[in-house]
Amino acid sequence: MKYWREPLDTGDIDVVRGKVHIIKDRCKGCGYCIEFCPREVLGFSKEFNKKGYHPPMVVKSSECLNCHYCELLCPEFAIYTVADDVETEASV
Amino acid sequence: MARAKRQTKAKSAPLEEIPKHPLEDLIRVERIPHIWCPGCGIGTVFSACLSAIKQTGIDYGKFSMVSGIGCSGRGAGYVRLDSFHTTHGRAIPFATGIKMADPSVNVIVFSGDGDLFAIGGNHFIHAARRNMDITVICINNFIYGMTGGQVAATTPHMAKSATTPYGNPDSPFNLPMLAIASGATYVARWTMIHSRDLTHAFVEAINHRGFSFIEVLSPCPINYARRNKIKTMDMVRQFQNNTIIKNHAAPSELDIDFQKGVVLGKFIDIDKPTPDEILVKMRDQRKNP
Repeated sequence: MKYWREPLDTGDIDVVRGKVHIIKDRCKGCGYCIEFCPREVLGFSKEFNKKGYHPPMVVKSSECLNCHYCELLCPEFAIYTVADDVETEASV
Repeated sequence: MARAKRQTKAKSAPLEEIPKHPLEDLIRVERIPHIWCPGCGIGTVFSACLSAIKQTGIDYGKFSMVSGIGCSGRGAGYVRLDSFHTTHGRAIPFATGIKMADPSVNVIVFSGDGDLFAIGGNHFIHAARRNMDITVICINNFIYGMTGGQVAATTPHMAKSATTPYGNPDSPFNLPMLAIASGATYVARWTMIHSRDLTHAFVEAINHRGFSFIEVLSPCPINYARRNKIKTMDMVRQFQNNTIIKNHAAPSELDIDFQKGVVLGKFIDIDKPTPDEILVKMRDQRKNP
């Protein structure tokens, strides 16, 4: 993320990072998660799933902020995010 | 040798490592994948409804989901709660019956525009008039999706459908205005893309005592978007860009016109006694005059 100046408390704030889980065989390839991800974390993969659709894949895994929007939007219960406490904003 | 090793690994991996979705305890996983088409918004609304049920923190045994016939009517079959898939248009009478038999149950009617407003129109207005303590979720996809895309009571003016190939000559219902005029005490409208506001509205509606009605605009990729030569993604983007959030807007400005901008938000939230409360009070008064 770009700032016009470095916030004074950058070191103190832990920005939550998320890890995306995709249940590939449930996906019907509507693309809502890819289109509406606010951080553009996802993209279409080239592989086919069991039903012949292209499921999403994580393109920029470090960008995910665990906002759960893909999870809310997915009509197929095929994607969800969990908090990933490995990385913080300070370390990026 | 290395290749063979990799293959066995790939084969055994899905069995062990299938991760669990947070709503897995509320859906009948054995029935997934559901019948809704790729790009259909009903699944999103359904997932928002389940998240709302989870967020209220109420015991799952105190919920009941009722739905009628149609695409969205399948919702009752996919939820791991007490649920009823009723006859066409009669979801609200069934819900009223459940509520009167056990007023402690939170009854959610999850159905479509055709079921609730065309064949079940009278049931809707009378349940709203009585202020029955039920939550009605109406998924408005502008068409009769399951039966083949015939014109519905909510199809926009001049929109094409299977039965109006040159455009719909009639005007659609203004559903929130109808609900407010009939006496509903909580009325809101959102679209499937406003998932967070939608989930919040569902939580409010479940906690609200009285008749709560939420209209959710949703795309029908096959029978509405394709017939009207709109891409589903463009339709969803229209939901995002051509809508105005305006709480407590006047009911007359709530007609659906994407050129002008569709008004979303919570339009009414008032307290009024419900029939189950009134009946208990009347019974007590008769016993001890």
